[in-house]
Amino acid sequence: MAENTKPKSFQEKMEVNIWALLIVLAMALSVGGIVEIVPLFTMKSTMEHNQHNELIWQREAGQTLADWDAGDGIRPYTALELAGRDMYLREGCYTCHSQMVRPFRDEKERYGHYSLASESMYDHPFQWGSKRTGPDLARLGGKYSDDWHRKHLRAPRSLVPESVMPNYPWLMETMLDDYDIETRMRAMQTLGVPYLDSDIQGASEQLAGKTEEDAMVAYLQVLGTMAELDESKVYRE
Amino acid sequence: MDATAEQKYNFEVVRWFSVMAVVYLVVGALVGVYIASELAWPVLNFDSPYISFGRLRPLHTNAVIFAFGGCVLMAAAFYTVQRTCGVRLWSDKLAWFVFWGWNAIIVSAVITLPLGLTGGKEYAELEWPIDIAIAVVWLAYTFNFLMTIATRKTSHIYVSNWFFLGMMVMITYLHVVNSLAIPVSLFDSYSIFSGVQDAMIQWWWGHNAVGFYLTAGFLGIMYYFVPKQAGRPVYSYRLSVIHFWALMFGYVWLGAHHLQYTALPDWTGSLGAAVSLAMIIPSWGGAVNGMMTLSGAWDKLRDDYILRFLIMSLAFYAMSTFEGPVMSLKTVNALSHYTDWTVGHVHSGALGWVAMVGMGAIYHMIERTYHTKMASPALINAHFWTATIGAVIYIVAMWVSGIMQGLMWRAYDEYGTLAYTFAESVEAMHPYYAMRAIGGMIFLLGAVLMLINVIMTVRKSVSEGSLQQARASAI
Repeated sequence: MAENTKPKSFQEKMEVNIWALLIVLAMALSVGGIVEIVPLFTMKSTMEHNQHNELIWQREAGQTLADWDAGDGIRPYTALELAGRDMYLREGCYTCHSQMVRPFRDEKERYGHYSLASESMYDHPFQWGSKRTGPDLARLGGKYSDDWHRKHLRAPRSLVPESVMPNYPWLMETMLDDYDIETRMRAMQTLGVPYLDSDIQGASEQLAGKTEEDAMVAYLQVLGTMAELDESKVYRE
Repeated sequence: MDATAEQKYNFEVVRWFSVMAVVYLVVGALVGVYIASELAWPVLNFDSPYISFGRLRPLHTNAVIFAFGGCVLMAAAFYTVQRTCGVRLWSDKLAWFVFWGWNAIIVSAVITLPLGLTGGKEYAELEWPIDIAIAVVWLAYTFNFLMTIATRKTSHIYVSNWFFLGMMVMITYLHVVNSLAIPVSLFDSYSIFSGVQDAMIQWWWGHNAVGFYLTAGFLGIMYYFVPKQAGRPVYSYRLSVIHFWALMFGYVWLGAHHLQYTALPDWTGSLGAAVSLAMIIPSWGGAVNGMMTLSGAWDKLRDDYILRFLIMSLAFYAMSTFEGPVMSLKTVNALSHYTDWTVGHVHSGALGWVAMVGMGAIYHMIERTYHTKMASPALINAHFWTATIGAVIYIVAMWVSGIMQGLMWRAYDEYGTLAYTFAESVEAMHPYYAMRAIGGMIFLLGAVLMLINVIMTVRKSVSEGSLQQARASAI
C-alpha cells in the first residue's frame, strides 16, 4: 500500500496527512476574519469622533454625569440607564428592534439622522439588531413622554392597536434597590468605558426606590440624544 | 456484516446522539411554532416573562441550531469517521463525555434562556460558564475526531471528513473570539468588544455559524450519506476538491454583508458582498456534486424515501445559496435588510437544507445502527411531504411579507411624504405571520411523525432481537 501512495500533489499530501490538513485549514480559515476585523481596531477613520471631536462629551473636572445635557456629546450611561440597558438585553428586545438607522431618505424621515459608529462605542455588547418586527429605536429618545413609555411597556396595544409587542407588566413590579450596579459599572470601566471612580461610588443610591420600568424608560429616553448631529456635515463617506 | 460492524465500531454513542437529535428537532420546532404564533397572536405571550417572545426566540434558535443541529453533526461525524477510516473511535470515554457534556449544555440553555440570562448577542446568547463548557466539549469532539483519523486503516482521508474538520476548526475560532466577555456575576457578563467592532465580530460569528456549522458540517454529511444511500460513488472528485477549498477560504469573509449601510465602514460591507457573490460557485459546486451522484440512479427516488430527503435538501441548498448572494447585493440588501425576507432565507436554508439532509442522515443511521429497516416507510413518506410543504409555505409567507415590508417602509405618497406608518406595516404582516405559523405547524407535524417512527423502529429492533444479536454474535 505504502509504495503506490507516495504523495504527489498538494491535495494528495493533505489527504494522507491529517496534521498537514489541520494546519493548512487553520491558516486558510483565519485570513478572512483577520482582514475584516483587525483594521476596525486600528484604522482611525472607523470611528467618526476621530475627525469630529465634538461628538464626544468634553467633561470638565468636577462634573458628574448629571451635569450633562442632551446634545452635549456621547458619554457613558448613567447608573439608571445602564440598568435599563441590562433589562433591554434580558428581555431580548434586540430580537425585534434595531438600533441602527441607515442613510436613506425614508429612514431619515421615519427615524432621524443615520447612526454613527461612535454613538455605540460604549455599548458592550452592541445592540444594532438585525430585524425590525418593531421600529428602529436608535433615535427614540425624546420622541414620546415618560408616561407614554410606561403605558406602552405595560400594554402596547392600548396605545398602538396594531402592535404585536408583548406586555411587560413585571418591569414596574421589580425594584432595583439590590441591583449590583457598581460591579457592573466597574466591569465597564475595566473594558475602557470612561467612568470616573466618583461615578461608580454611590451609584446604587441612584437606583434606590426605582423600578426596572424606571430604568428601562431612562434608557429608552437617552437613545440617540447624546450627540447633536449637524445636517451639513458628512460624518461618513 | 452487521454483527461485525456492531462489534468493531462504537455505534452506541451514535444511537444516542441520533435519537436525541430527533427529540430536539421536535422541541426546537415546537418552540419555533409557538413564537411564530406569538407574532401572529400576541395574546399568547400571556404577560409572563418566561414565555415572552424576546426570551423564547433565543431558546428556539439555540434548540434547533445547537441541540438538533449539534446532535446530528455529532452522530454523523462519529458514525462516518469510523466507517470511512475503518477503525473504532479513538476514545469511547471521550465520545461519551461529548454526549453527556453537550446534553448538559442543552439543558442549561433550556433553563437559563427563559430566565433572561443572556449575553445579548444574537445566536450566541448563552452566558459565560456555558460558553466555557461549549468550548471544552467542542474541543473534546474535535480531538476524538482527529485522533480517529490519525489511527485510520485507509490511506486517504475521505472528503466528508475534510468538511467536518473545517467546521471544527472554524467553530473553535468563532466561538472563542465572539464569546470573550468580562463576567459581572455567575450568570451575567459584558462582551469585551463594543459597537462597530462587536458588530463585525458578531456577524463574523453569525454568518460562519451558518457557513461552517450548518453548511460545511452538513456538506460533510451529504458527502457520506448521499453516495451511500444512492449506492453510487460521488459524481466528481475534482469538483469536491475545488469547492472544498473555495468554501473554506471564502465563506469566512461573508459576515460583513449583514452590516451593509450600517455604521460599519463601507469597504468592509462591500468586501463581504463581493465575496458573497463569488460564493455561489463553490456552493453550487457542492449541490451539483450531490445531485449528479444520482445520475443513472434517479429511479431510486421512486421508492427510497430516505433518498428523497437527501435530494430535496440539495434542491433547497441550491436555491438558498443563490438567494443569499442576491440578498447581499447592496441594492437588494437595502430593501431586504431588517425584514422578514431574511427570516425566510434563513429558514429555506434551515428547514429545507439543514433539517432535510440531517433527517435523511438520521433515518440512514437509525437503520444501520439498530440493524433493522425503519418500522414504517409510509410514515417516512408522510414526513417527507409534510416537511417539504411546511417549509415551502413558511418561505413563501416570509418572501411576501418581507418584500411588502421593505416596500411599505420606503413608499412615498403623492405629496412626497411617507405613505405608511410603521404600525400599518405591522398590521399588513398579520396574515403572513399566521401563514408562517401554519407552515411551521405542518413542519412540526412531520417531526413528530419522525419521532414516532424512530420509537417504533427502536422497539422493533428490540423485539426482533436484531440489536442483541449483533452485539452477541461473531466475537
